[in-house]
Amino acid sequence: MISVKNLSKFYDHFKAVDNLSFDIAPGNIVGFLGPNGAGKSTTMKMLTGFLPPSEGEIFIKERSINSDAKAIQRDIGYLPEGAPAYGDMTVWQFLHFIADVRRLKGAHRKERLYDVIRRVELGDVLNRPIDNLSKGFKRRVGLAQAILHDPDILILDEPTDGLDPNQKHHVRQLIEDLSREKIVIISTHILEEVAAVCNRVMIIADGQLRFDDTPEVLRHRSRFCNAVSLRLSYAADISGLAELDGVDEMEIDRKTGLVTLFPEPGKHIFYAINEYVTQRRLPVDTLTLETGRLDEVFRDITTAEVVNG
Amino acid sequence: MGNIWIVTKREFASFFATPVAYVFIAIFLMLSGIFTFFIGNLYERGQADLIPFFNFHPWLYLFLVPAIAMRSWAEERKSGSIELLMTLPISVAEAVLGKFIAAWLVLGLALALTFPLWLSVDFLGEPDHGIIVAAYIGSWLMAGAFLAISTCMSAFTRNQVVAFILAVVVCFLFVVSGSSIVLDAFQPWAGNLILDTVASFSFLSHFEATAKGVLALNDVGYFFIIMVVWLYASLIVIEQKKAD
Repeated sequence: MISVKNLSKFYDHFKAVDNLSFDIAPGNIVGFLGPNGAGKSTTMKMLTGFLPPSEGEIFIKERSINSDAKAIQRDIGYLPEGAPAYGDMTVWQFLHFIADVRRLKGAHRKERLYDVIRRVELGDVLNRPIDNLSKGFKRRVGLAQAILHDPDILILDEPTDGLDPNQKHHVRQLIEDLSREKIVIISTHILEEVAAVCNRVMIIADGQLRFDDTPEVLRHRSRFCNAVSLRLSYAADISGLAELDGVDEMEIDRKTGLVTLFPEPGKHIFYAINEYVTQRRLPVDTLTLETGRLDEVFRDITTAEVVNG
Repeated sequence: MGNIWIVTKREFASFFATPVAYVFIAIFLMLSGIFTFFIGNLYERGQADLIPFFNFHPWLYLFLVPAIAMRSWAEERKSGSIELLMTLPISVAEAVLGKFIAAWLVLGLALALTFPLWLSVDFLGEPDHGIIVAAYIGSWLMAGAFLAISTCMSAFTRNQVVAFILAVVVCFLFVVSGSSIVLDAFQPWAGNLILDTVASFSFLSHFEATAKGVLALNDVGYFFIIMVVWLYASLIVIEQKKAD
């Protein structure tokens, strides 16, 4: 259980984090979204006890980070931005060092080490110095380090940055496997990642919390949510589509020829359009139900001026 | 306590995973040999002691200790691994001490590897072994004082070269603070009390007796206080600047 109250961080006169308040319960996989410099990393650094807050308080499992940082850090696994590690050590030595720090002993230590190495697929590089590894492997070493002691709270700052699509998929699966009873906080600026693994989205911009709900709600914010787009094989009269019941607006992209029909709020128009197209025998190549465009919503939320409320 | 040992182990291994420790030890042994025989005239003196050897230690340490300490915190900040270290359940004090002890052990090892000198003196004459042991211990303590200063300078910056230069300068001031180089700056305006205080900071004067095998409490205490003060300063600097 994480509880953050009126958290702020100033650098000289610059406000990196501005009065954030939120609670995170076990089972939450939180996607922490925001443009570069929005305050994501700063917030994570404060949650993990690396930076002291300028104002406000952080409670983790009913302990304050100001007075109980070391106890809290035992319960947290943290992958800092850029996955720093001790480059002159081999992967094996590094993981043993972390196991020492985490006080893993005996059979349990061995089991955790092997489990993590298998899960993160580090078996082939165990005896190579971390400095000589590729970016993807370095990131995985950082991830292995974070989950080694099976923490209740996992905080990952851009865990998939620099990974290829297969590795990204792999990391996402890993996070899904982990997180039944845990708290996971992932910062990213990849929107699909949030939709793929998170059950809660927090968007911050200019240090302020702009959105805090499920990815579905975020999707529903998009005007493209439940819109229907279609493509014609040759020009035809489609003006009738705009007159259909429930259709609010029709947009035609002149470059691509894509026609998009937006519904009135709360209306479903796919069926009506499909029926119309079939009846009129319109030359439709593709007919798609849009699920909402996260990037557009993200842009709206992060660039908009703050409205009180 | 356990955490200090874990950090020490890691740091010590890291000195030997890179060429740092080997280069350091090789150069230390070479230079101490050259100083002892060619400049200190160990043979020509015709005395069975190691005073010429120990007398050069402050000057050897002046350049070599900052070299071994410069990466301890600067590198940590440059690579970002300080964020990892500080978010593990290890306190800053434990990390500072762990790193310090690791480097101090390397210095101790380098010092211990000068044992052939001792053997040769023993072979050639009948030295007082107690004096030599005391001088070794004193030299190691002085190395610790150099190391604490250099550690603090390394905590100030993320650039190892800057850390090295700062450390050499500050160490130099401590080495010569009893001599006219430093005292002349105070002479015109400061009273005798200040002059004496500044002069009493000198590593040279505190090591003078030690090199002859006299482990006086005030000299030993002085080097310990220097270590504690500068390590405490490192701790504060790291707390303040870790995220810069």
